Amino acid sequence: MKKTFIIGLSLGLWGWAACNRTNETPTPTDPDPSTDKIEVPQPSYFPNKVYDLSSNPVTSAGFQLGKSLFYDGILSRNGTIACGTCHQQAAAFTHHGHDLSHGIDDRIGARNAPAIQNLAWTKAFFWDGGVPHLDLFPIAPIENPVEMDEKLPNVLQKLRESKNPNYPELFKKAFGSPDITTERFSKALSQFMLLMVSNNSRYDIYLRGTTNALTTTEKEGLTIFKQKCSSCHSGELFTDQSYRNNGLSTDRNPDQGRFNVTQNPDDRFKFKVPSLRNLGYTAPYMHDGRFTSLEQVLEHYSKNIKQTPTLDGLLQQDGKLGIALTEEEKQKVIAFLKTLSDEQFVQDTRFSDPGFGHSF
Amino acid sequence: MKNILLYTTAVSLLILIQSCNSNPDPTERNSLTLTFDHRVGDKALTLGTDTYQNTSGEDFSVTTFNYFISNISLKNADGSTFVYPQDSSYFLVRETFPASKQITLKRIPAGDYTALTFTIGVDSLRNTMDLSRRKGVLDPGDVSHEGDGMYWSWNSGYIFLKIEGNSSKITPDPAGNQKFRYHIGGYGGYNAKTFNNLRTVTLPLGNIPAKVGPNQQPVITIVTDVSKLWDGVQKISLATTPTVMFSDYSTTVANNYAAMFRVSAVKE
Repeated sequence: MKKTFIIGLSLGLWGWAACNRTNETPTPTDPDPSTDKIEVPQPSYFPNKVYDLSSNPVTSAGFQLGKSLFYDGILSRNGTIACGTCHQQAAAFTHHGHDLSHGIDDRIGARNAPAIQNLAWTKAFFWDGGVPHLDLFPIAPIENPVEMDEKLPNVLQKLRESKNPNYPELFKKAFGSPDITTERFSKALSQFMLLMVSNNSRYDIYLRGTTNALTTTEKEGLTIFKQKCSSCHSGELFTDQSYRNNGLSTDRNPDQGRFNVTQNPDDRFKFKVPSLRNLGYTAPYMHDGRFTSLEQVLEHYSKNIKQTPTLDGLLQQDGKLGIALTEEEKQKVIAFLKTLSDEQFVQDTRFSDPGFGHSF
Repeated sequence: MKNILLYTTAVSLLILIQSCNSNPDPTERNSLTLTFDHRVGDKALTLGTDTYQNTSGEDFSVTTFNYFISNISLKNADGSTFVYPQDSSYFLVRETFPASKQITLKRIPAGDYTALTFTIGVDSLRNTMDLSRRKGVLDPGDVSHEGDGMYWSWNSGYIFLKIEGNSSKITPDPAGNQKFRYHIGGYGGYNAKTFNNLRTVTLPLGNIPAKVGPNQQPVITIVTDVSKLWDGVQKISLATTPTVMFSDYSTTVANNYAAMFRVSAVKE
């Protein structure tokens, strides 16, 4: 009797303990990056990525946090300017309708906001390449007095105190604890932007084997483009990522571009060769947004190249300035360039404004 | 659950004890302190109020004075050199923050040290490292950078030395200010060669070595003479050159700041 009671009691206790254990176990709060991980696509015809993803693997929680930060005016001094203000999705993440970027208190920047796309392949940032790593990028617009005019330590402090959205909670989801540091802040923004891969234009579909994705005119444009433009706008990213003086008149703009970064006189008036992907959405063109149409751009390259000491050698061959292009060739090249527009990319809701109302 | 906790604690304790054991006898190590004494010639530096004069006869006052000290090493009388652990060897000295003018180097092996070497600025390798390797004063989001920003964001890199102030000899700007601003950095460039304003300074400690021992924690006082910025290797005029930032001329300032340090005292 006594024995049975003891056995019964122990069985009961065991059962209770076992039950309790099963109820108790599943409470790990730290994210497991291995299950949450998102691969950054690697299109077969792109070169290898330059961003070391092992130093900052993209996770879904990190991406969501980065997206929140990207579209939040809290990054600026008075809460009015978000990254998404000057990098609007519908304009392939450029500032639609602005030749020069438009920042806090209606201040005007010095250059045209560049597109955000395929950053995992980008070697250096800004028109002058002043920032060599994506993680070092966000502090620049934050602390630029004509963009967000804020101090990074202050941004981090505001995020620590934020309840809507609850940033400490979002950082905990992304990085395992609510600590908000420069590294986590920057890397979350990188995670969001690294996933912005644009490779679904009609041209990409053509590259992937659908030969009728381009019309005859567009294919002829591609042939002319390869002969006359692809020395600089090379490869499937449509840039060799070099810095060149493309013969713009320097009278109207004293910006010396790459020279500001290197102080090398050979770099005066050189700017980074931009990718041409999505250029159907990114008007106006050039580092100072001086041309409003592709017709003006091609007109510049064929007829208006200005001779200056650092003018690119490719624009002054056989004693002639510029690139010889007939009117018909220009139209065909433009037809081809428009096939680089990636409609899926500019409509992809993963990259869209979640609606803080701060990025006009 | 409790058992796991106990076990983890026990294991951690064991590891902790083990790691303590694996180090050399702790009594053989002690701290050594570097104290920076900011002066202008023979006067103490006081921000804002006091006025000084350079040998070109230009008056000036100083409102901001910051610089990075890194990569510290000590030469022992026995000929060996002790290199302070690199990851811990970055210090931002700021006149407005007196505690930053005292650098306490911990766990220095016992020895008689006869010379001190450090870099002014942040070495090129650290300038290009992942953000995970840039903590404390190297973190541009650290509070020490607020207001005193010692980092260039538009052309990624640390500012090695920043000095600002006023002089009646400077032509007023449109706002009527007569300010000078020297922001000196430049580590040689990331993917294109640029000027390099890193300077390594070696200071002999004189006749009395800094003795580190079980009961000896020496203090080395280093005078940082601001006047050497203008009256250094090459004379610089405030009136002619009130602003020096990211330009080739900054190397002239760097050559001058390389010579602005001297040891004034070694105390046991």
